[in-house]
Amino acid sequence: MDIDALAGCLASPACLVTQTTSGLIIGMLLFLVAVGLTLIFGVLKVVNFSHGAFYMFGAYFAMTAYQLTDSFALAMLCGAAGTALLGLIFERVFMSRVYGADVLMQLLVCYAFVLIFDDVVRMIWGPEFKSMGMPSAFQVPPLFIAGGVVPPYYLLLIGVALAAALVLGLGLARTRIGKVIRAAAHNPGMVSALGINTGLLYGGVFALGGMLAGLGGALAAPVRSLTPGMGFSVLIESFIVTVIGGMGSILGALIGALLIGLIRSFGSLGFPLFTEGLMYLFMVIVLVSRPTGLFGKEVA
Amino acid sequence: MTELQADRASETLTTPRIETRSFRSRYRDILIALVAFAVLAALPFFFGSKALLDFVIRCSAFGLFATSLNLLVGYTGMISFGHGMFFGLGAYGFGLLMQRTGVPIPVAFVATLAITAVFAAIIGAICVRLKEIYFAFVTLAFQMLIHSTILTWASLTGGDQGLRGGIPRPVFFGIDLANHVHLYITSCALLVLGLLLMRQIAQSPFGYTLRMIRDNARRASFIGIDVWRAKLTIFVLAALFASTGGMVMALFVSGAYPEFAYWTISGEGIFINMLGGVTTFLGPMVGTVLLLILNDTVTRYTEYHGIVLGVVILFFAIGLRKGLMDYVLEWYAQRRDGPGERG
Repeated sequence: MDIDALAGCLASPACLVTQTTSGLIIGMLLFLVAVGLTLIFGVLKVVNFSHGAFYMFGAYFAMTAYQLTDSFALAMLCGAAGTALLGLIFERVFMSRVYGADVLMQLLVCYAFVLIFDDVVRMIWGPEFKSMGMPSAFQVPPLFIAGGVVPPYYLLLIGVALAAALVLGLGLARTRIGKVIRAAAHNPGMVSALGINTGLLYGGVFALGGMLAGLGGALAAPVRSLTPGMGFSVLIESFIVTVIGGMGSILGALIGALLIGLIRSFGSLGFPLFTEGLMYLFMVIVLVSRPTGLFGKEVA
Repeated sequence: MTELQADRASETLTTPRIETRSFRSRYRDILIALVAFAVLAALPFFFGSKALLDFVIRCSAFGLFATSLNLLVGYTGMISFGHGMFFGLGAYGFGLLMQRTGVPIPVAFVATLAITAVFAAIIGAICVRLKEIYFAFVTLAFQMLIHSTILTWASLTGGDQGLRGGIPRPVFFGIDLANHVHLYITSCALLVLGLLLMRQIAQSPFGYTLRMIRDNARRASFIGIDVWRAKLTIFVLAALFASTGGMVMALFVSGAYPEFAYWTISGEGIFINMLGGVTTFLGPMVGTVLLLILNDTVTRYTEYHGIVLGVVILFFAIGLRKGLMDYVLEWYAQRRDGPGERG
């Protein structure tokens, strides 16, 4: 334990800025994965245990696209669109068969795909660590805010994730499709009776969730190393995020992700060996005091 | 029709009949256990193959683990995705006690069980009030916490290298666990004894309380059952058997590795249960043997055994929708009821 380092950092604005940005980065990436998880759970009532794989595929797709075309924008697009397609296929072909089955079956199907996807990545891209490298557009000197170092790419990442949160939140609240999705979360039978193709809707929601995770992976590709199995640790953390924020709540996912990000970045200063433990501890405290999470609704 | 069913229900509820039946079936279970142990113990005298004995030892370790998981999944309806943490805890606890303190093996065995019980009680107290999917994931989160603790606390656990240097095996009661056959017989004894104890738990009034909680927790709580306490009790009991499995594994590989506490162990446990079937007591045991054979064959032919395993899981989860033992039992029941009913 190193409380002095933590106190020293909290006292210096430069360190505070650096740690906060790195916490925001972690939080935003987690948010993109967690929000898909929470959306899919909210509408389909399924916990997509293989959601981390979409993050992983997003990163690998982006890396390959970047190596082929040398265009960062195209890499992001490939990461997001590729995983959206993957999500759609996965939902229509496999997950749609286990709706209404017990949780055990759903977990097993997802578990099977965690194994399969990890091996597919290992087959195509190899088992070793890969890195995409920082795109040349962002290879510029970092900004200094109050003495703290902030790479410009970090600002882009935070901006894109915030934009995604905003679009998603407004889209669900204001648009017609958003209304239909919320209605389907509430009462799928009635929505279907009103002439809406729920199968397509479910596939669409799953694709949207997969796309968000894929976008997260693509955004993470320049700043993280890529490895088969990278999805799983993200999955566990984003699950912690959704549990803290409340299953099915988008605002909850955002707040939960930012809290976990900050806990990780500041915790690594004060408790370098117990950073993960801090997250779990926080989750346990939230769960014991509010079993449905900070923003979760009481389910009957 | 409902009256008829009610009549039948009250008939089976007459206490003395149940009493005698369970009394008789208890002797039957003990007899089966004795015969099974005798067969297993005689095996080395007929087949000298070390590979076969190794296979049975691994079956014992995973069988104890999987069957104990079934007490939670099949009997109580608690889908724990972190049961593997107790397997790892058993392996590490036992290994560390033997390496650091040099106590006799039985003492280390009991001490490890005590440590596991404490951990399980604390973790269980937090987890068991959660429902279905929350329970699954929070147990998974604890599993990952224990795994990452093992990785980071390298001075105690050896980090990602695992516990190395072997586990000392002082002779106790004339049993020398350094001897392969002695180790084999001891694991078989632990397996058979563990299965027998778990069978007793499953068939006891407490076991039926668990089934009732699985089927309708609210009703159980209305008739005065403390659901939380019952769930916590079985959570701790199951952890003890999983820990025993971990100890057998630690003795077998003469060490402990972080993979023992990794989430995939829990995933495999769930899969074993699915493979063998959760509705019969021995289903998980059948699943264990199947999975180990499958694993051994697949890893011999391809390095991508995740894909093969995944496809097999999909076949069972989406195709059969039930475990092998469930399938066999249903098929048998159909056969016995005769073609008249079907035709």
